Amino acid sequence: MKKVTLFYSLLTVAVVALAGIWANELFLQPEKQTFLVGETSHGHHQIELACGTCHQSPFGGGEVLQNACMGCHAKELKAAHDSHPKSKFTDPRNADRLEQIDARYCVACHREHQPDITRDMGVTLATDFCVACHLDIAEDRPSHDGMGFETCASAGCHNFHDNRALYEDFLLQHVDEPDMAATPVIAAMQAYVNAQQPAPKQAPAPDYPESSFQVTEIEKQWLHSAHATAESNCSACHGEGEQFKAQPDALVCVDCHQPQASGFLIGKHGMRLAVKREAAESYPLNPSLKALKQPDARLLTPMTPSQGRLPFKADVHGESLTCNSCHGAHEYQLGTSASVDACMGCHDDGHTNQYKASPHYAQVLREAAGEVPAGSGVTCATCHMPKLESEEEPGVFRTLHNQNDNLRPNEKMIRSVCLDCHGLQFALDSLADPALIDNNFQGRSKVSIESIQMAIERVKE
Amino acid sequence: MKATKLWGSLALAGAVALTAGCGGEEKAAGVDPQIMADSLFAVMASDRANYTKLIIKRLGGEAGFIKPDEHWEDLDNGAPLPAQMFRFGAEAVAERTDAFTYSLQSLWPINKQNAPRTDVEKTGLQYIVDNPGKNYYGEEELGGVKYYTAVYPDVAVATPCVDCHNKHKDSPRTDFKIGDTMGGVVVRIPIKG
Repeated sequence: MKKVTLFYSLLTVAVVALAGIWANELFLQPEKQTFLVGETSHGHHQIELACGTCHQSPFGGGEVLQNACMGCHAKELKAAHDSHPKSKFTDPRNADRLEQIDARYCVACHREHQPDITRDMGVTLATDFCVACHLDIAEDRPSHDGMGFETCASAGCHNFHDNRALYEDFLLQHVDEPDMAATPVIAAMQAYVNAQQPAPKQAPAPDYPESSFQVTEIEKQWLHSAHATAESNCSACHGEGEQFKAQPDALVCVDCHQPQASGFLIGKHGMRLAVKREAAESYPLNPSLKALKQPDARLLTPMTPSQGRLPFKADVHGESLTCNSCHGAHEYQLGTSASVDACMGCHDDGHTNQYKASPHYAQVLREAAGEVPAGSGVTCATCHMPKLESEEEPGVFRTLHNQNDNLRPNEKMIRSVCLDCHGLQFALDSLADPALIDNNFQGRSKVSIESIQMAIERVKE
Repeated sequence: MKATKLWGSLALAGAVALTAGCGGEEKAAGVDPQIMADSLFAVMASDRANYTKLIIKRLGGEAGFIKPDEHWEDLDNGAPLPAQMFRFGAEAVAERTDAFTYSLQSLWPINKQNAPRTDVEKTGLQYIVDNPGKNYYGEEELGGVKYYTAVYPDVAVATPCVDCHNKHKDSPRTDFKIGDTMGGVVVRIPIKG
């Protein structure tokens, strides 16, 4: 009897202790490893342990998750002229289709925590999902007769959401274009460069507290930076007087660089910094950059290369990813420092490591030598973080700081970048050849996309 | 909004039950679905005609202030075609309420997804073509919900409508004339079974 009592006492203590450990992680810890039911996709793994970012209510179902998805992705879907918005599926006439795929909800195609079935773009449906609605496509498009439905989303053919560079009329507008433009220049980059202030002002005297800080080298760097010429003094980032901080907060740049910060915080580089401690206020459901500036309001530490899934250089694995990672704290140089060197300082994959042997980098060197016009060079950022014209301020070009926005699917780059210098056929072929992408476009594509020719044939029909 | 609808339904049910329980004459609650559908269509048809006349015809074409085009988003000063504007309206309504839905369909659609799918749609679209000037009304059950479905003729009233459909590479019919029924507006209202 006593042994039984002892057993149950120990069991009770063990259960209570275990419950306490779990409760501590569930309610008090920012990251909840124990409760991760399966690793998430490449787009969400950075924040997968902050469960409340997506699961904003413990009792929420599909609508709660859908709101979380759209909270972050609605803007990019709208910008992509989403070919399959929810509104296409809400009409009751599609009720039978929804029984097969409930396309009103993102999770119908993008189920998280399912690593074994997750494919490119985080898609978890079988590759032939288009058949559910387009079974009779060959009747309307004889050219598609015999094509397997698993090939619909092949490179250069169709995307579920973004078909801005793939629809028939667009293809027909770009028939018989030369591979290379006579004067290859990235128009947005050229506009951006031309808009820069040509004559820097006289820099003000630095206002750091000399008694506590020796900054000779830093002062030199700052004096040559855009910050000095824009009269953004030491105190703008470090604080004044007794408020002076030798190490400003990771998001100190937000005050002056809001559009750039917004992009950074929704991309893979910065999304960990955008997760608020209060789940219901997670960015960008409540895109208050001001609130995010308070370190206590943020749930997670900055992203580090060691947390990434791509190959990264070993010596930077523990480095925090903030604005300074690419731009530097004081020299704050732009140009290839931020758009090439910063990228290559961390990324260690074939595409990155082959960049300086690429024809794109050769253009950068020619531009630096003054042999070609400004905006001719193609850096990492030219494609991955392009200059875009502001919708709110026409004529103003800014860098897109969400490095994934222009990347997946890679046809997104065609209109924003590739077509400035290349013909559409050349661009489609190149982006469809994984080996060519891996060696950073050294040589010609071994893939030939038939989309343009099929569009031409369609007109003849 | 769903909570509001639920309370509204409960209140309505309570009012009906109270009326019946008191021995009063039982009256049908709400608006007759045909009147509701006809009224909705009147708004849709008027807005569409006005957009066509006052915006597209007046500012597009030879005036050249705007460019009405299927791919208007890719053009400077591009403007949605009347049929697209109609669809955008239907999609915006769907985001605000599920009390009714509407769509523009045709037996000869440029986009095959706009061909009739349900039996009522197929019957209704054929009826309005065979009986010019008449509407079609029916009921159907979709996804476990019963609907009152009305189909109204969409008649070619302007030359650009006819020309576009006759010339479009994806149009299955190329002999439309002014006055032809080119398609139909399908209005669907959920009703109690």
